[in-house]
Amino acid sequence: MLRIQEAAFDLGEEANAFDARGAGAVVTFSGIVRDNGGQLIGMHIEHYPAMTERSICAIMDQARARWDLVNVLVIHRYGYLPVGAPIMMVATAALHRVAAFEAAEFLMDYLKSRAPFWKQEITATGAAWVQAKSEDEAALRRWGE
Amino acid sequence: MIEVLYFAWLRERIGLPRETVETSAATVRDLIAELCMKDARYGLAFADISAVRVALDQTLSDFDARLAGVREVAFFPPMTGG
Repeated sequence: MLRIQEAAFDLGEEANAFDARGAGAVVTFSGIVRDNGGQLIGMHIEHYPAMTERSICAIMDQARARWDLVNVLVIHRYGYLPVGAPIMMVATAALHRVAAFEAAEFLMDYLKSRAPFWKQEITATGAAWVQAKSEDEAALRRWGE
Repeated sequence: MIEVLYFAWLRERIGLPRETVETSAATVRDLIAELCMKDARYGLAFADISAVRVALDQTLSDFDARLAGVREVAFFPPMTGG
């Protein structure tokens, strides 16, 4: 299941509602807006609506093809997010933990550099676009890209 | 006629989120060259093409890709999701 939304979500509620019947392992990951040493007020996330859903669905399909997953969930927000707010969440359910962990990492690595989101950090002095990191691109190589 | 979309700092530098462009450009690279002839803002936005990514009809592509049959071209910086 995939949700791309502006509204906030509750990590605990989402984790509890995640259907893992038949699974033996559930991994959840959530990214939150960090305060960067107290400098940050919040973050603005822009996206490309027509491409976002399509590209994340493709990433989820790849994860399902590689690992035997009972269920997969991706939630990603856009718009304005204050410090401490969850930005996104990934949940994977599998028979065993290795598949659940690996699939969650795979999804995270692809969401970072292949889903059309752009983060802008907002501080008291202005706004600055977050630069993509070369490590993020390098992280894809371990999955054979 | 082709829809051209800009995101993040490309949108800011060009000053538009999207526009319809009448073009006979064969490839993405040709389209960028045409845009750069129009106005200095495009030259500024496309000055360092290694910092620009392109999607054709919502699928990541490259600058040598052909535009025949493409309806929507999007230009944006490397993605920073997650």
